[in-house]
Amino acid sequence: MQEQFNEIFIKYHEIITIGVYGTAIALMLIGLYAILMKKNLVKIVIGLTILDAGIHLLFVGIGYIQNGTAPIFSPGYENSADRMVDPVPQALVLTAIIIGFAVTAVALSLVIRLYKHHNTAKIDQIKHLKW
Amino acid sequence: MKQVFIIILLIIIGYFLANTFVEIPFGGNRIGNVESNETVAGYYLSNTAKKTGVANVITAIVVNYRGLDTLGEVTVLFLATTGLASILYRRKEEEEDTERLNLPSSRIMRSGVRVLFPAIVLLGIYVFIHGHLTPGGGFQGGTIVATGFLLMLISYKGFNTDHNRMVWIESLAGLSFVGIGIWGLLSGNTFLENTTNIGVVNSLISGGLIPIIYIVVGFKVAVELTGILDILLKIKPKK
Repeated sequence: MQEQFNEIFIKYHEIITIGVYGTAIALMLIGLYAILMKKNLVKIVIGLTILDAGIHLLFVGIGYIQNGTAPIFSPGYENSADRMVDPVPQALVLTAIIIGFAVTAVALSLVIRLYKHHNTAKIDQIKHLKW
Repeated sequence: MKQVFIIILLIIIGYFLANTFVEIPFGGNRIGNVESNETVAGYYLSNTAKKTGVANVITAIVVNYRGLDTLGEVTVLFLATTGLASILYRRKEEEEDTERLNLPSSRIMRSGVRVLFPAIVLLGIYVFIHGHLTPGGGFQGGTIVATGFLLMLISYKGFNTDHNRMVWIESLAGLSFVGIGIWGLLSGNTFLENTTNIGVVNSLISGGLIPIIYIVVGFKVAVELTGILDILLKIKPKK
């Protein structure tokens, strides 16, 4: 099982690389597109979360090591420190997810307030945005 | 016209990102020799089990090596809850005009949620108590507990969270995190310093203060997320 996986990993290494990094970069670009192009405020917040997801995927993808296990010294894995994946990006992504959640919550509450005040969630129909 | 500009901008950003990351081989070993302590990751992997007694390296990084960062993170979450509550603040006469969003839940939903709710809360508590042994921890376990409360909130109209009790739990959890940090400062040298009595790796009571801090974080996250969900669900104007 493990040898087959290694064989596939080495054989299609470029395709897997492009697949992982490409997915992450595509998610980031989709999120940025939604933030810049969409008029609905809820869709802008959704774009923010998609951008977040892309960045997290990129981070965890960079930390992966071929044939690596999770960085946990469970029973049976006490001496396999040399084949564990990089724990630092995973810890940073854990922080980033929480901050992203907090940002999304506050942004959604602002959207609710704006909707109540102007009776619309579309930014091109909200007046008084220019000063 | 605006659309063309934005698509050109996105193509430029995407090209340079792809150009950069193609140089980093996916799956390549960038840690180097673990025992030589050349890289940060190598230091963490070779020293965590010996020095902190925690099996989960990520827990050791989040709670011990970067403990001050986690304290800031919990503070950000607290500020988000407070900001949400103050942005969506209603005066007393407005409060009477609103009620909680109540989705039409069927009998199957209500009976199922009543069976699932204790099991979900128990799973969440298990995840944050075993944060130093298995994948997961305070943040993940707290989120699982909050999903249980979300199910109860959307299926039972009469289910209300006790606001006072939640504020008390949240304050006590935050204060005990800071208190553990100051205790480390008084008994050792640095803020949030761990005790020397770290126990045996891979047993439930191990890692000194790390599991206690993660349990406290779990309570705080569960209460804060439940508070956010409660505030956000209470937006329906009464007819």
